[in-house]
Amino acid sequence: MEKKLMKGNEAAGAAAILAGCKYFFGYPITPQNELPEYMARELPKCGGTYLQAESEIGAINMVYGASGAGARVMTSSSSPGIALKQEGISYLAGAELPCVIVNMMRSSPGLGGIQPAQGDYFMATRGGGNGDYFTPVYAPASVQELVDLIIKAFDTADLYRTPVMVLGDGMIGQMMEPVELKIPEKKEIPAKDWAVKDKPTKGDNKLINSLYIIPEELEEHIQGLFSKYEIIKQDECMYEMFNCEDADVISVAYGTSSRIVRNAIKKLENDGIKMGLIRPITLWPFPVEAFEKIGSKTKALLCVEMSAGQMIDDVKIANEGRLPVEFFGRSGGVVPKPEEIVNKVKEILGGNK
Amino acid sequence: MKTVFEKTKGLTDIPFHYCPGCTHGIIHRLVAESLVELGLMEDAVCVASVGCSVFTYKYFDCDAMQASHGRAPAVATGAKRVLKDRTVFTYQGDGDLAAIGTAETVHAAARGENITIIYVNNAIYGMTGGQMAPTTLVGQKATTSPEGRIASTNGYPIRVAEMLSTLDGTAFIERVAVNKPANVIKAKKAIKKAFQTQTNKQGFSLVEILSSCPTNWSMPPQDALNWLEEKMIPYYPLGNFKTPEEN
Ligand SMILES: Cc1ncc(C[n+]2csc(CCOP(=O)(O)OP(=O)(O)O)c2C)c(N)n1
Ligand code: SF4
Repeated sequence: MEKKLMKGNEAAGAAAILAGCKYFFGYPITPQNELPEYMARELPKCGGTYLQAESEIGAINMVYGASGAGARVMTSSSSPGIALKQEGISYLAGAELPCVIVNMMRSSPGLGGIQPAQGDYFMATRGGGNGDYFTPVYAPASVQELVDLIIKAFDTADLYRTPVMVLGDGMIGQMMEPVELKIPEKKEIPAKDWAVKDKPTKGDNKLINSLYIIPEELEEHIQGLFSKYEIIKQDECMYEMFNCEDADVISVAYGTSSRIVRNAIKKLENDGIKMGLIRPITLWPFPVEAFEKIGSKTKALLCVEMSAGQMIDDVKIANEGRLPVEFFGRSGGVVPKPEEIVNKVKEILGGNK
Repeated sequence: MKTVFEKTKGLTDIPFHYCPGCTHGIIHRLVAESLVELGLMEDAVCVASVGCSVFTYKYFDCDAMQASHGRAPAVATGAKRVLKDRTVFTYQGDGDLAAIGTAETVHAAARGENITIIYVNNAIYGMTGGQMAPTTLVGQKATTSPEGRIASTNGYPIRVAEMLSTLDGTAFIERVAVNKPANVIKAKKAIKKAFQTQTNKQGFSLVEILSSCPTNWSMPPQDALNWLEEKMIPYYPLGNFKTPEEN
C-alpha cells in the first residue's frame, strides 16, 4: 500500500477515523492543534461529529456522554489540558466507559513550555485522577506506530471497557513521516449491550454510573476493575527489545527518547560498546517481563527520559534490585543529544568495560 | 371505581430519600408526569448530577447517566450528539449548575444544544450540609456564611434564567416555583414546554425551579414554602424569559 507523508497529529486523526471513531471533542492547545483541526475537517465528511468544547473538562465529559451512548469517541490535548481531563478520566474508568485520549506532551509543571517533553509519565500511568484505577497507556515512537497504536487503542478500550491513553509528545505530533494507512482488521468486540442506545430499552433501563454508596458494593466494583487490569497486564503488554543480547548496558526509553537512544547505540558501537534498548510500548502495563530476559553480561541499566526522572521508578520495580539503575534525562523541553547519552554510558562503565 | 389520581408511571417504586417537606419530590413528579403525558418517558435519557438529587437515576423510569459535579450539560451534549432522537435532560441543583458547572451550562446554552435542563434552585448546597451557594440570598444564613451572605465579601446571587436568556443559543427559558398548588401547575406547564422545545428540535431549554430545603434553611416545611414566596421570588421573579416562536 502507498505511503503518505503525514504530520503525527494529522495521522492520529486519520487513524482514529479508520478505527471507526465518529465523535471527537477537543480544545485548542499546542502542540496537538493539528489533530482537532484535522477532525473538524474530516469527521463531517464521514458522517461524524467534531465539537470544540468550552474546556478540556467539558471535552472529556462530552466523551463520557458519547461513550455512554455507545459511540467510538476520542479527545486529545497536551499536558496542562490532560491534567484538567483527569477528573473525567477517573469517572470514565469508574463507569467502565471506553474512549481514546491522546496526550501530545509538552514541558511542565504549570504552564511550563511548549517544547516536547515526557513529564506526564506519572500522570498517565498512575491514574492521575481520584481513586483505584489504571488506564492502559500506549507510547508510540514514530508516526507509523502512532497510527497503529491509535487503531489498537480503540479496540483495547472497547474490549476492556476502559479509557485508553496514547502518550506522544510534541515531537511525535509535529514531525512528518511516511505512513501507511491500512484498513484495520476487524477485532471481535463484544456488543455494547450496556450502552444507552438510539432506541429506548423497554423494561431494561441502562445506567452509566460510577456511584456505589454501599462500601461493600463499591469494593466489589473496584475488585472487578482490578481483575480486568490483571487480564490487561497478561494479554496487552507490549515492548521491544533491541540489541540486548550480551549488551554491556541496556537502556530503557520510550517514545521520542528511544529514537535518540538508537542513535547513541550506533555511536557506541564505533567505540566497541554494546548498548541494548528496552522500549516499553505500553507504559501501563509496564513490561516487567522484558527485564527478566536480561542476560548476565549486562552491567547496568540506563533509563533515558525527557523528564527529570519518572519511568525510572518502574524500571527499578521491574529490575528488582538485580542491576544498578542509572538515569539520564533532560527536561523543560530540552531534547537529549545522542553524545550526552554516549558520555553517560562511558561514565557508567568507567574503566571496567 | 374511577381513578382520579395515581402515581405517575414515569417514576419507579423506589422510595425517595429526600427529607420530609423537601420539594425535590414534587419536581420529580412533575418531570415524570410531563414526560409520560408527552409520550416521551421511554425515550428519555436522564443525566443525573451531584447534589441531593444524585439518585434521580433510580427514580425516573428511563435510561440514565450519572455525571460528575457540574458536568451534566457536557455529558448531555455528548449523549445527545450521538442519540439525536432521544429526549436528553439533566437534573441539576444550583451549586452544580451555577458554581462548579457554570462553564458547561453557559456553553451548552450558547451552542444551542438541543437538550433540556431541569434546574433546581434552593439557594443552598443541600447535600453537603447547608453551605453558601451561588444563589444564596444576601443576608441568608448558611454554614459558610454564618452571619448571613455579605455582598461585600461574597458577592451577589446569580439569576441563571435571566443570564442565559441573553444568549442567542437558548430557545426556552422559564422560572417557576413549587411552593403552592397554583405555582406547581405553572411549573408543570413550563416543564412540558421545555421538553416540547427539544422534541421540536428548537434548541436549548431550561426551567429554573425555585425549591425549598427545609433541612438546611432550618425551618419547618410550611415556613420554608412561605420563605420561598417572601424572600426568593422577589429576587428571582417568576415568568417566561424566552419561548420559541412556533411553540
Ligand atoms: C468535584 C466535587 N466537588 C465537591 C463535591 C461535593 N458536593 C456534593 S453535592 C455538592 C453541592 C450540591 O448542591 P446543589 O447543586 O445546590 O444541590 P442540592 O444538594 O442543594 O440539591 C457538593 C459541593 C463533589 N461531589 N465533587
Ligand atoms: S437537604 Fe435540603 S434539598 Fe436536600 S433533601 Fe434535604 S431538604 Fe431536600
